[in-house]
Amino acid sequence: MTEHDREKLLGAIREGVKAAWPICLGYCPIGLAFGVVAQKAGMSPAEIGLMSLLVFAGSSQFIAVSLLSSGAGFLAVVLTTFTVNLRHLLMSSALALHLRRVTTPWITIFAYGVTDESFALNLARFRSSGPGSDWDWRRALVVNHVSNLAWVISTVLGGYGGAFIPRGSFGIDYALVAMLLGLLVFQLRGGLYVLVAVVSGFTAVLLSLVIPGNAHVIIASVIAATIGFFLSRGRGASQRAEPVDES
Amino acid sequence: MKVDPGMFLLIMAMGAVTYVPRWLPLFFLSRKRLPFWLQAWLDLIPVAILSALILPELVATGNPRHLDLFRPELIVALPTLLFALKTRSLGGTVILGMALFWLTGKLF
Repeated sequence: MTEHDREKLLGAIREGVKAAWPICLGYCPIGLAFGVVAQKAGMSPAEIGLMSLLVFAGSSQFIAVSLLSSGAGFLAVVLTTFTVNLRHLLMSSALALHLRRVTTPWITIFAYGVTDESFALNLARFRSSGPGSDWDWRRALVVNHVSNLAWVISTVLGGYGGAFIPRGSFGIDYALVAMLLGLLVFQLRGGLYVLVAVVSGFTAVLLSLVIPGNAHVIIASVIAATIGFFLSRGRGASQRAEPVDES
Repeated sequence: MKVDPGMFLLIMAMGAVTYVPRWLPLFFLSRKRLPFWLQAWLDLIPVAILSALILPELVATGNPRHLDLFRPELIVALPTLLFALKTRSLGGTVILGMALFWLTGKLF
């Protein structure tokens, strides 16, 4: 490793960590809560840590634990996990536009860390990158893994005794919601995006009232993006997607 | 540090079914030049997903879910959203949202 390479690596780590802190802050209360719940359902701290490390998808982990404690079988838990996490398919598709020329081994490591939060943060960064701020896949990978570390640590701590931390301390339960709100605002880059957000949000609310689980996220997103796509086509070339930089 | 073998298998299977949908599109789409229409459609996916994730969280609660428009989550979301629009600062937005949510909890 040359001096230059090391400089580049350290820079990526520094910027990745700097960008990831809101995610880590948001994961802490949820991770602690998951640890408490999982421990009550009979999981050991080692099992909790292993699940957070290998699955790394908060809502599906909560659901899996509640299924387990209600006596659900292996297949039911695995199938539910698959369905709940299928939304990542869309996120990875959108991220793929920005991960060209990344080699297969790195893609394989990167895929592991695609979550609602890291996806939204990295995508916002990729899009705003230009002169002055160059977000690249190395920084994005650091964001993924720092978030994963925060998740594993907070869930294991929760498993050891998160019950001692008072609920609702300092509004920390709101950290993730606030972060997603901020990231949503960053995505509103024109009327078309606002429209898609409104359609998607309302469709998701309606669907969430009639279908249990979180299938409403994927269905509403596909419907809203498709409506937005055809509307922009109808209006001609005024609302083109930005061409994706090959570099 | 005990890991039950049955639990180990379950965690591995959960990990596998979660990983595959994360990996497949990245692997196949990152190496191909995507048709323009697909790029344009995927361009709208992030904003759609974020909105679909957040809005039900703000206005619906319970199991089974029902509408509840007077939740502190929703009330706090409005100033937080305005702050994000004005400042474009993610860290600031998170801190403000937490502070307001905490205050709301104290007041009501």
